[in-house]
Amino acid sequence: MSGPAGPEATRAQESPDGPDGPTAPPRAEHPDPPAPAPPAPTLPAPTHKVLKSLLGAWALAACSAEETAAVEEHLTDCATCADEAVRLRDAVALLHPEDNLDLDPRLRSRVLSACLGRRPARVPVPDWVAPYDAETARLDALLHDIGEAEWRAPVRLKWFDGERPVARDTTAAAVIGHLLAVDGLVAAVLGLPDPLGPLVAEGATPTERTEAFWTTAAGDPAGQAPGAVRGGWREQSHALTRTASFAGAEAADRPVPYGPVSLPLADSFVDRAFECWVHAVDIADAIDYPYASPSAGHLHRMVDLGARLLPAAIAGRRRAGLAPPPHALVPAGAPGRTLHLEVEGSGGGHWYIPLDSPGATTSAAETVAHVALDAVEFCRLAAGHIPPEEAAAGQTGDRQAIRDALYATASLSRL
Amino acid sequence: MATEAPPRWDRKMQQRLAHGEAAALGELYDRFASLVHTLAHRVLSDETAADRVTREVFGYVWENPGAFDPRQGSLRSWIATLTHRQAVERLRQSQSDGESTPEEIEERVREASAAARADYIVTSMPAPLRAALDLAYLRRLDYRQAAADLGVTEDEARRRLRLGLQLLSTAHHAPRVVSPPAHGGVR
Repeated sequence: MSGPAGPEATRAQESPDGPDGPTAPPRAEHPDPPAPAPPAPTLPAPTHKVLKSLLGAWALAACSAEETAAVEEHLTDCATCADEAVRLRDAVALLHPEDNLDLDPRLRSRVLSACLGRRPARVPVPDWVAPYDAETARLDALLHDIGEAEWRAPVRLKWFDGERPVARDTTAAAVIGHLLAVDGLVAAVLGLPDPLGPLVAEGATPTERTEAFWTTAAGDPAGQAPGAVRGGWREQSHALTRTASFAGAEAADRPVPYGPVSLPLADSFVDRAFECWVHAVDIADAIDYPYASPSAGHLHRMVDLGARLLPAAIAGRRRAGLAPPPHALVPAGAPGRTLHLEVEGSGGGHWYIPLDSPGATTSAAETVAHVALDAVEFCRLAAGHIPPEEAAAGQTGDRQAIRDALYATASLSRL
Repeated sequence: MATEAPPRWDRKMQQRLAHGEAAALGELYDRFASLVHTLAHRVLSDETAADRVTREVFGYVWENPGAFDPRQGSLRSWIATLTHRQAVERLRQSQSDGESTPEEIEERVREASAAARADYIVTSMPAPLRAALDLAYLRRLDYRQAAADLGVTEDEARRRLRLGLQLLSTAHHAPRVVSPPAHGGVR
């Protein structure tokens, strides 16, 4: 804003429009005369003020050819503008296209553990929360990089309904809504607000909660900016990690109701970490991004949870008539027929699964079958992403026992 | 996420870090890791070196949350300052291999610093200015098209482009960002 004594005044006097002022705004960049345009030399020259206002656009090569020529002519006889022009053009040289350098997701755990090595935490994140903390951070990093169109990308959710694989088509945004709604079960147990509030009855299953969330405005991807659900999901996942850190060791056993069944809080965090990874892969596959597997330690916890849930899942299938009854009724605490589950690769290990009843103990002498498969393969089976007939690289022993175990693993999955 | 967190968030985070809460450290990383790593990479042009700076900066903040003074500015700008200083120090070390003259080293440090400051300015400038620059620079629109895209007058589009570049040009100046005396440095 220069005053009348500034260079503008000098230029303005040369302008046929007279001095610049509120009543005579410079319109020289739009020569729009009512009469047919006179030949070029008599066109009013743009004022200093207008030319100065064009310097940014000029430096970015974002004005018309006539304007560019007018600015460049002006620079030869206006030192103030010439100085600014150089500065702004140098500034343009500092701009550069977004490099899209994705942060290596593994850096997070390396940086955090280096920090904790320098100063141990007074309030650590419990071991059983660590997989959830890591998996939610990995998914959030994926979401950080995706654009509006990718939020609407079709994502196919797959699971095994007990007898056959089923699928449901939805969008990336709806998948995050699903995670938010089911994580809400855990939030409620920790005394955090339930994102569904009064929308669902107490004891609603994960599926019921998801369906209810999808009918709300927040859960309807058509109703708002498609990435908006990310903020709510991330805020809740941070709050879950923080609150669980303060909850104390005895909280690990607190029951989290999943409809008719319940899991101890510690297992439930591992389950939510597992779901987070599974659905992150669903989204990553849909938009053609690479997505790595969890760290070995976290993968091990997920496989362990699946293996511990198997005896009850086998019994559940028998009750539902989906599997033949057990060979013998084994009293709780007594040894019974056993399946040796060998999970290979990073995160793997050996598990011995009682086949006759969830309460039976395992027995080396009565090991009737051996199944070997890779840890990631086991998780994909438990997520219902591969059919039980196609799983397991190595199978020896009682074929019905192997079939029971593989079908029960697939039956751990749900929407 | 370019938006500045409210000061209340900064102070709460500082208290939680001081209290030794590992979950707060995780949240701090989630919010600022991308800023730290990008700035370090801009100075050092090396992935491993940028990883190392990231580790150093978060280690320093975790060990010294009390060194942050909210009256001097936001947590975000403090962390950017620590990053810049740490990265420049590393650049100096890596260049002093006997092959470059001190003048050449200083020239490289100056260029890298300006580039890193410019990145920080772009991510911190008011959103309307950044949006105008993005349209003109990245999408190659002229200012009339940019005005139409933004729904503002052509005068306003010119003003935003000029103001945005003026802000950006301060990256070439002696860095205000380098040494607020109240803030300690990274070891």
